[in-house]
Amino acid sequence: MSGAFRTPTGGRIDRLHPVSFTFDGRHYSGFRGDTLASALIANGVHLVGRSFKYHRPRGIISAGSDEPNALVGVGRDEAHFTPNLRATQVEIHEGLKAESQNRWPSLAFDAGAINDLASPLLPSGFYYKTFMWPAKAWTTFYEPKIRAMAGLGRAPEAPDADRYSQHYAHCDVLVVGAGPAGLAAALAAAATGARVILCDEQAEMGGSLLASTRSLIDDLPAQKWLAETLATLAAQENVTLLPRTTAFGYFPHNMIALAERVSDHLAVPDPELPRERLWQVRAKEVVLATGALERPLVFPDNDRPGVMLADSARTYVNRYGARPGKRAVVFTACDAGYRAALNLAAVGVEIAAIADLRPSPSGELASRALAAGIEVRPRTVVTGTSGRLRVTGATLARLGPHDLGPAQKVDCDLVLMSGGFTPSVHLFSQSRGKLVWDETLRCYIPGTSVERERSAGASRGLFELGEALEDGYARGAAAAQAARGGSAPARSFATLAVRLGTDGHIGATPHRRNPAFAKAFVDWQNDVTAKDIKLATREGFRSIEHIKRYTTTGMATDQGKTSNMNALGIVSEALKTPVPQIGLTTFRPPFTPTTFGIFAGAARGELFDPARTTPIHGWAVENGALFEDVGNWKRALVFPREGEDLHAAVARECRAVRSSVGLFDASTLGKIEIVGPDAAEFMNRIYTNAWAKLEPGRLRYGVMLREDGFVMDDGVIGRMAPDRFHVTTTTGGAPRVLAHMEDYLQTEWPDLDVWLTSTTEQWAVIAVQGPKAREVLAPLVEAMDISRAAMPHMSVRTGRVAGVPARVFSVSFTGELGFEVNVPAEHGRAVWEAIHASGQKFGITPYGTETMHVLRAEKGYIIVGQETDGTATPDDVNLGWAVGKAKKDFVGKRSLARASMSAPDRKQLVGLLTVDPGVVLEEGAQIVADPNVPVPVPMIGHVTSSYRSAVLGRSIALAMIKGGRARIGSRLFVPMPAGVIEVEVAEPVFYDPKGERFDV
Amino acid sequence: MSDTPNTGTPYPIVPLEALAAASRPGVGASLRLLPAAARLAFRGREAAIGPAGAAFGLELPRTACRFAAAGTRAALWLGPDEWILLAPGESPAPLVETLEAALAGLPHALVDVSSRSVGIEVSGPRAAFVLNQGCPLDLALEAFPVGMCTRTVFAKAEIVLRRTATDIFLIDVWRSFAPYIWQLLEEARRGTG
Repeated sequence: MSGAFRTPTGGRIDRLHPVSFTFDGRHYSGFRGDTLASALIANGVHLVGRSFKYHRPRGIISAGSDEPNALVGVGRDEAHFTPNLRATQVEIHEGLKAESQNRWPSLAFDAGAINDLASPLLPSGFYYKTFMWPAKAWTTFYEPKIRAMAGLGRAPEAPDADRYSQHYAHCDVLVVGAGPAGLAAALAAAATGARVILCDEQAEMGGSLLASTRSLIDDLPAQKWLAETLATLAAQENVTLLPRTTAFGYFPHNMIALAERVSDHLAVPDPELPRERLWQVRAKEVVLATGALERPLVFPDNDRPGVMLADSARTYVNRYGARPGKRAVVFTACDAGYRAALNLAAVGVEIAAIADLRPSPSGELASRALAAGIEVRPRTVVTGTSGRLRVTGATLARLGPHDLGPAQKVDCDLVLMSGGFTPSVHLFSQSRGKLVWDETLRCYIPGTSVERERSAGASRGLFELGEALEDGYARGAAAAQAARGGSAPARSFATLAVRLGTDGHIGATPHRRNPAFAKAFVDWQNDVTAKDIKLATREGFRSIEHIKRYTTTGMATDQGKTSNMNALGIVSEALKTPVPQIGLTTFRPPFTPTTFGIFAGAARGELFDPARTTPIHGWAVENGALFEDVGNWKRALVFPREGEDLHAAVARECRAVRSSVGLFDASTLGKIEIVGPDAAEFMNRIYTNAWAKLEPGRLRYGVMLREDGFVMDDGVIGRMAPDRFHVTTTTGGAPRVLAHMEDYLQTEWPDLDVWLTSTTEQWAVIAVQGPKAREVLAPLVEAMDISRAAMPHMSVRTGRVAGVPARVFSVSFTGELGFEVNVPAEHGRAVWEAIHASGQKFGITPYGTETMHVLRAEKGYIIVGQETDGTATPDDVNLGWAVGKAKKDFVGKRSLARASMSAPDRKQLVGLLTVDPGVVLEEGAQIVADPNVPVPVPMIGHVTSSYRSAVLGRSIALAMIKGGRARIGSRLFVPMPAGVIEVEVAEPVFYDPKGERFDV
Repeated sequence: MSDTPNTGTPYPIVPLEALAAASRPGVGASLRLLPAAARLAFRGREAAIGPAGAAFGLELPRTACRFAAAGTRAALWLGPDEWILLAPGESPAPLVETLEAALAGLPHALVDVSSRSVGIEVSGPRAAFVLNQGCPLDLALEAFPVGMCTRTVFAKAEIVLRRTATDIFLIDVWRSFAPYIWQLLEEARRGTG
């Protein structure tokens, strides 16, 4: 197919480069520079989709991002498929594959069209009305049926194979829209030396100039002026031009989100280029030159394929060289209809008639139409169209003083409509700017700005070319001046262009058809008719916000670009209330639908989140470890051997630590170096314990509370010197603890001479635990004495281990003799390997976090965040001993004094032993005193930790139970789905209660 | 068990050194892993600032977000009382000793953080463009001049960023975040030639 509707010459398409593509599997040909819509029109194809609710055949209405109908799915395969793209914005390239939507089995014959006949059963708000019927009908009938019938495109079935990138940008002046006003604004701002970004959603910049045939700017044809202006801007280093870039969101403090379509228009995109790029622009000043959208007219059957906006038809002819039909009826309320008629007539489209709502059209365009022999019918409306998949005729009737005249049918394959222009105030409204009603223009225009922003040109009602250029230049200059000072040279634009005037129409046009069957569409995408809106007002709705939600008008993906004003007009007429008193609904981002990919950017797959690994991670991988996530850290969970399951591996690792020696990577522990003359004083205030008397070289277990007296974190702390502490925190708590400390230091105690430095990643930490720990380490140690006599439990020494400077802690989280060796991170793996080698003769066993958890639970050591939940006092978890009662103050002290903090029925930490030692309780399980009382059974506690203990040969558990310590020795119950488990309350220290194993 | 080792993620975890070795220079931007350096976190009261600079061999910058350099050494202003003292290729211990001797009795904190982070150089005419894919700051030369340094973020990781030449930025990032940063930079570099 060559494009039977293509004009022989003209337009901005590249006729030397034919492009073939498919639509619904059928091959077509267009030219480089075509959109899918223009190429289909050039091939005589208007039927491109089925409507949302009634499945009515639909065609192409517009030529831009306001298109409500022509939504298509595009993509060569499922991994590159995007639904709901506007055919008017899709640029064709060789091999492009597009498909229509919401039709079954085919576009020409769609079973869902039965809804159109059933439409009296689907009035406005029918969706809400179903809620009033039996609830059962909703789940069994309405939801599945509505879901199957409604909707537009389908989601792709394969993961998105494209790349997306994100970019932060800053500029002095961001200009949105590269029509005449935007170009002039960019010229002015750029001339001051300001950093300017000019973006436009279309493939080519120029806006209305791209369809201009007769206008002159500074004595140049408009398109020539455009080319020169773009070249001028492109040559300036301070200007960034972003075509194919939609400003879709206006966020606080002049943050504007732009979606750039980088490579969708290319047949064979460079794989190094992303598909789309998100620009997050922080602009000092913004100029919104977003233009205006043509309003459709609301008359019966105005949705038949072949009915389109007049100025869009003109764009297809002038810009794309595509004739939208052979014989057209024009229905207009303004001069734009005449301009379109003249342009179409110039390329051989027969204009059957111009039906003008106005009583006496006059002016240059009307005269030219009459001179061209076009039949102009003033005071005339279109009351319907005929045809099935394409319009075949329109009925016209003359407006009398009281009624319509007789209907007259006119054959045509194209109906053009123009109700005037509506300024595009979407972004202005998103920026929370206040819109004002302009009675002369009968539209909303930007009023008071909230952000540092100004609108220019048609977007504030200045529709004439000369006005738009002058206004754009002035606003661009003012924006640059406000952003960084400096003024633009004075400049004026000499233009020769037709004036369209300010006529137009808002609301439905009159007809005499049976209102039960005449469908005059207001919102094409959501299938809302004038009748639906009138019904809503009859049912009592007054607020436009309520009417919008009840009828769904303006709620589709096009956000009512073509429908909002007409809906307002209909409500205004129905309620006999002026438009400004009815208000306007809120515009929300995104301006046009935006891909999920662009929001994800590079943050997907392995780059979704940082995977933090320790210096010993590689060794763990090579030695078969399984891992668990702790925050962003990957921690070795267990090191299973060939053929071993998780339980067997953990049991083996536990036995090894208890009987000989184990090796554990504790590098993820949070570490903070607290240094300064007032370090001990600071420690005293932040921790519950007393620190003044801790000697250098000794360790102490510290507990930290929040202001409310509940346990926040814990850890072992070494005093390295009188003015230096080496603090450890929980793995997950490190950033929180540092922020907590900094907060107090900076806001409460700025007088203290002490400073905090995170050293979490400075040190690799290797825990050597078990009765043979000292024998394993001893041969590797230099410049320090780790003998039992010289280095008792809970002390710290500095020296060298395996030749590397080290801080060695004698500390145990297992209950066994233990050391934690801190070495600079880059030496972590080498030192680990040296210790591993040294331990071979004792069968040294690397173990993971699961084994660590079991071993500490056997000793009744809590894990903050597992035993505690932010509501546990130190006493609740048996840490009362760590609270310095004699201390003057510490964070949380006052809260601990509250009576409820020492109430006897608080949940307290206890051990649980199942009566059947083989049963392992479930963590989180609830505990009751008597399972046989009527429900709801009072729950008196919950299981916090539960494991199989190898050394004890039975299960153990820790639990928080109300008044738990007083219940030790008694029996309680854990009801589970499979039956009630009986437990005995026990001391929480199950193994070596006297602590004799630390110092072997 | 399968043949591929479990790394704790569905993806291979590639050590930073391997990532750096595999990286190819680009026309727009190149990445380079910087050699080891002594890094000391210095904090202190007014009285300690002058002597610290004197002992380190350069005056500590007092202007916000600026660094001073002398020879290979540099001092990065990170806060009104906070600097990072950088000495590439040096061992931290003697440096600590020198500084502590000069600061005896003056209220201060000096902490060796040499191993905490690694340095990555991003260079080339498109270096700022590459960095702006994860860093929200304005990296235009007038807003982020040569000699500027600051704590900031790159995607989900905190970094210290400084500009040593029009086309050269240096990133200092905590060790465990470095492979993530490196891979994001490689991704950001695609399409820049």
